[in-house]
Amino acid sequence: MRPVLGFLSGLVFGLGLVLSGMANPAKVLNFLDVAGAWDPSLAFVMGGAVVVSFIGFRLSWRRRSPILMPSFDLPQASDIDRPLVTGAALFGIGWGIGGFCPGPAWTALPMLAPGTLIFVPAMLIGIWLGRQMKTTPLLRSA
Amino acid sequence: MLPIIPTDFTPWASLAGGVLIGLSAVMVMAGFGRIAGIVGITIGSATGGDRGWRLSFIAGLLAAPLLWLAVSGGFPEQSVSANLPAMAVAGLLVGAGTAIGSGCTSGHGVCGLARLSGRSMVSVVTFMLFAGLTVFVLRHVIGGGV
Repeated sequence: MRPVLGFLSGLVFGLGLVLSGMANPAKVLNFLDVAGAWDPSLAFVMGGAVVVSFIGFRLSWRRRSPILMPSFDLPQASDIDRPLVTGAALFGIGWGIGGFCPGPAWTALPMLAPGTLIFVPAMLIGIWLGRQMKTTPLLRSA
Repeated sequence: MLPIIPTDFTPWASLAGGVLIGLSAVMVMAGFGRIAGIVGITIGSATGGDRGWRLSFIAGLLAAPLLWLAVSGGFPEQSVSANLPAMAVAGLLVGAGTAIGSGCTSGHGVCGLARLSGRSMVSVVTFMLFAGLTVFVLRHVIGGGV
């Protein structure tokens, strides 16, 4: 059951990205271009996704445990630390250059645009590098 | 970066897509008790236990445009920059930034905000601000794109 639900969740997520326009970098960059060719559509993506999750999460948490796992495993950190802010800033710059965040980059991969074929491996290398850098003194939280 | 390509305002399609993304996040929470963060799922698909559902999730992400193609007869509309060095830099920054910052648009942006996490709110404000500034500089200060 786990692989089946995993696949269906990924498929629904990917269809959401495609339908919403998140998988089209031109639309993402126009959303970010408030001073220019602004296309506010993607605010509706975030709004719809957060409202559905807000309600659905609380319904899910009424159970003692998730359906296919022994327990819930949610992030416990609460500190606003240097890695959180530095990482988000670097991510934002990359998002503003390419118009892809990680989910849409995966979903766009089978469409084989040359830019996507470069972006996804670079992103995977970046994730690996980021995980190494997270433990360096510069980024370790004080 | 791309040259500026105008796009249509699509509130209903975007809202419907957002509802699907939220539904997926709820499926992952109800089924697995985990956050549907794409970077977290990507890391978890390569390391540690419980890789199975995460690999399947990524397979589902990859299957989405193929299902779209099968049903509608064409791939979804998409314009990706052909500036390959810029896309390589963008990919490195997105990967490193989301790994260092423990989440992306889905983990912090959707799931974190839905959990009312203070860390996620700071993350979202920060990455939106830096993404907006980057586009502003590339389009309106330097001009013409990379």
